[in-house]
Amino acid sequence: MSTKLLGERIKRKEDPRLIQGRAHYVDDLKLDGMLYMSFVRSVYAYARIKSIDAAAAKSLPGVLEVITGADIKDQLGLIPCAAGMEGLKIPKHYCLAVDTVRYVGEPVVAIVAKDRYTARDAVDKVEITYDPLTPVTDPESALGKDSPRVHEEFSDNLAFVAKLEAGDWKALEADSTLKIVKQRLINQRLAPASIETRGVIASYSLGEETLTVWSSTQIPHLLKTQLAILTRTDESRVRVIAPEVGGAFGSKLNVYAEEGVACYASHRLGKPVKWIEGRRENLLGTIHGRDQINDLELYVKPDGKVVGLKCNIIADLGAYHQLLTPAIPTLTALMIVGCYNIPNVWVETKGVFTNKMATDAYRGAGRPEATYIIERGMDLVARELNMDPVDVRMKNFPEPKDFPLALPTGVTYDTANYQKTLKKVLKLAHYPTLRKEQERLRKKGKYLGIGLSTYVEICAMGPSSRMPAGGWEFGMVRVEPTGKVTVYSGTSPHGQGEETSFAQITAEGLGIPFDDVTVYHGDTSVVQHGIGTFGSRTTAVGGTAVFRATERIRKKMARLAAHRLGVKPGDLEFRDGKVETSDGSKSMAFGDVVGEAYYARQLPPGVEPGLTEQYVFEPANYTFPFGAHVAVTEVDAETGEIALRNYYAVDDCGRILNPLLVDGQIHGGLAQGIGQALWEELVYDENGQVVTGSLMDYALPKAHQFPWFDTQTTETRTPVNPLGVKGVGEAGTIGSTPAIVNSVVDALQHLGVRHIDMPLKPEKIWKILKTVDGRQ
Amino acid sequence: MRIRIKLNGSWREDDVEPRLLLVYYLREVAGLTGTHIGCETTTCGACTILLNGEAVKSCTVLAVQADGAEITTIEGLASDGKLHPLQQGFWEEHGLQCGFCTPGMIMAACQLLGRNPHPTREEIRQGLEGNICRCTGYQHIVKAVEFAAQKISPQSTVES
Repeated sequence: MSTKLLGERIKRKEDPRLIQGRAHYVDDLKLDGMLYMSFVRSVYAYARIKSIDAAAAKSLPGVLEVITGADIKDQLGLIPCAAGMEGLKIPKHYCLAVDTVRYVGEPVVAIVAKDRYTARDAVDKVEITYDPLTPVTDPESALGKDSPRVHEEFSDNLAFVAKLEAGDWKALEADSTLKIVKQRLINQRLAPASIETRGVIASYSLGEETLTVWSSTQIPHLLKTQLAILTRTDESRVRVIAPEVGGAFGSKLNVYAEEGVACYASHRLGKPVKWIEGRRENLLGTIHGRDQINDLELYVKPDGKVVGLKCNIIADLGAYHQLLTPAIPTLTALMIVGCYNIPNVWVETKGVFTNKMATDAYRGAGRPEATYIIERGMDLVARELNMDPVDVRMKNFPEPKDFPLALPTGVTYDTANYQKTLKKVLKLAHYPTLRKEQERLRKKGKYLGIGLSTYVEICAMGPSSRMPAGGWEFGMVRVEPTGKVTVYSGTSPHGQGEETSFAQITAEGLGIPFDDVTVYHGDTSVVQHGIGTFGSRTTAVGGTAVFRATERIRKKMARLAAHRLGVKPGDLEFRDGKVETSDGSKSMAFGDVVGEAYYARQLPPGVEPGLTEQYVFEPANYTFPFGAHVAVTEVDAETGEIALRNYYAVDDCGRILNPLLVDGQIHGGLAQGIGQALWEELVYDENGQVVTGSLMDYALPKAHQFPWFDTQTTETRTPVNPLGVKGVGEAGTIGSTPAIVNSVVDALQHLGVRHIDMPLKPEKIWKILKTVDGRQ
Repeated sequence: MRIRIKLNGSWREDDVEPRLLLVYYLREVAGLTGTHIGCETTTCGACTILLNGEAVKSCTVLAVQADGAEITTIEGLASDGKLHPLQQGFWEEHGLQCGFCTPGMIMAACQLLGRNPHPTREEIRQGLEGNICRCTGYQHIVKAVEFAAQKISPQSTVES
């Protein structure tokens, strides 16, 4: 039996329960006496609440409780915001609206009933009268002096301004040999739209005075702390469980009003209370992503070298801050130079309040915006200088020997070889042949587009000094008396597959069968500490904690075995279920060494019985995965329809522990990034009403809309963690969006098209084609 | 109202409210929680089941409409402890991540292979257009269905 597991294509441990319908998501859980909660939500974007008449709802048989903002105002704390930049305005964010509603979908009244149909019936019986106010929906005019204010407690709608300035701008602006390439880019609002919506069960035990919460969350441990504060419960008596979680993409990296109200209701009624979000509620009241306006200026030398980047960022934050709302656009500034060492950088980020749902972390969280800005920018430079987009990129890449590379944005990239991934993807795509085909087709009036994107992203979040709530991660390994091994991780995977990859780490480390390892996560009473799963950190940070805890087990077991075998611990290897000298002359079965620890009859001096080790890994830096993508599109000259013909991607996420999982992450990421470029858009109208409030209106991508993704990898290991892994959860999303837009603009470039804002819907392209055709 | 349904091979009778949706009947009356709810508008397909052999979205069918029908859910797919070839395929080819869309996706694929035992990749993609997966980007799902097609009917020609 070989125990080489890392790097192998291993099927997931998670799957048997999922493919047989035996997994348990929040809504699958049923507790004794469980009640159901439903919400009455604001139908106005901005209004004063004049009155709430809940008498009819209360008198409905089966309704147990009607809760309003007035009830919880002094009983529940405020929804937390962990981001803390200088001068940040933090509005009071109650779990239920108090006096004023500020976005469509804001929870106003909660109803608890004996079953979900009754709770839903009661919602329709609540009469709320509003005094509508003029909503703020456009983030740019929101900054004007005459704009209505989303929060009257503040003097304006500007939540924060963050500035980043590096280099010698005086010299740069005086240099008349430089070309300035300018473009406004709109990064539209998106819905994360995991297929499982949010859901929570809160169960307060009046006897034990304990609060147990099952929530579809990415951060059970952080949620435990925050719910303890919010509900004013002793944290030692709070337990949070993330059961099976049906996708999240950043949207469940949060503390939500409904979680707080469920706890409150359960405490009052002494019964478990369940709330399951409907899809419309999900599109209205779960955080949104992106929504930035970016005004870009690139200062370029005649040879294509970009020496300066200036960008004004306006980020539409929505009405209130959720957990990380203001922090997300600052990640855009941090990564805005992409994989080019641009010495002069000036970025001003303005976070703006509007009467909309909060934006927050959605897969990529600030980095897709950065990548879109710089990658569209590089294509515009190429066009301006009549260069090939490949040459402009090659001209501006740092060399592999330049790493670690400290950038003017304040981050230090760990390792990279951008030239290698770009060359590899060009070969994969047969780039020169594609260009010839494009030329040929143009003569026939057919529009073929070839779009490039070379990205770098920031992952493995992150050093605690730079994180709002700790960037470390906890791992624990316990070898059971029978020799089976249990791994505990503070991360909270929800589809990424770390029950498998973490088992690979520990099984290989201990030289035991993969099947002998079981991984637990997501329960704060089972796993002692944790931060969670987000920012492509789970394997790089959480996996490292497991790796180090496994090393500690090895160390102890080697000491125990050495004591019995009469050798030095350093002489022993763990392989094939044995602990033995490298020549195999002295050997103990793995289980016998475990027995030494538990029977504890002949322990070496100073060694404690038992076999449990833990490790808290604090990363010294982020990691910086990178890659190069090529999208080939065909634009129908008559209808404006875009067919994505080919997609080529070469990604480098550092060391690959399980290629199956990496492929899965890349594919899924590509689909979301392509979705943004071509179809997805969360639309508010000028009254602040959500136009795309169901999946019939919000265009989630489907299977037949994608070509076969042709993906490859390179492996540039990071020195930031001992595994050498960088992270891969968001890469596909970050890299793919600009590749698609660059491709479509490239297809139409010869007609004079310079830029098109996303999503590239057929009607938009058709209108452009009509205009440019006229010009021809 | 009293309804009688042959659920995963066994007949059962229940009294249900006329307005009870089939998906809630399956999940909360029959206790089969493998069928999920993702959108309530017949768009995402997470609630797909087989009703008299046809893939149907159970979130927009009333339980009373299924009176007298035969229903297969994800829980009824494996037989004698052996996974259905589609379940094997999804596992083998990493056709799922969070798993929430998976039962519906597998039930829809069941109908697809029933109608067309040797689908091309394009036909698989078209055949699954009523089911949304937010995690996988669909490529491994296509491979999973190909795997199952091969398993059920080994002669089938599969695109390389």
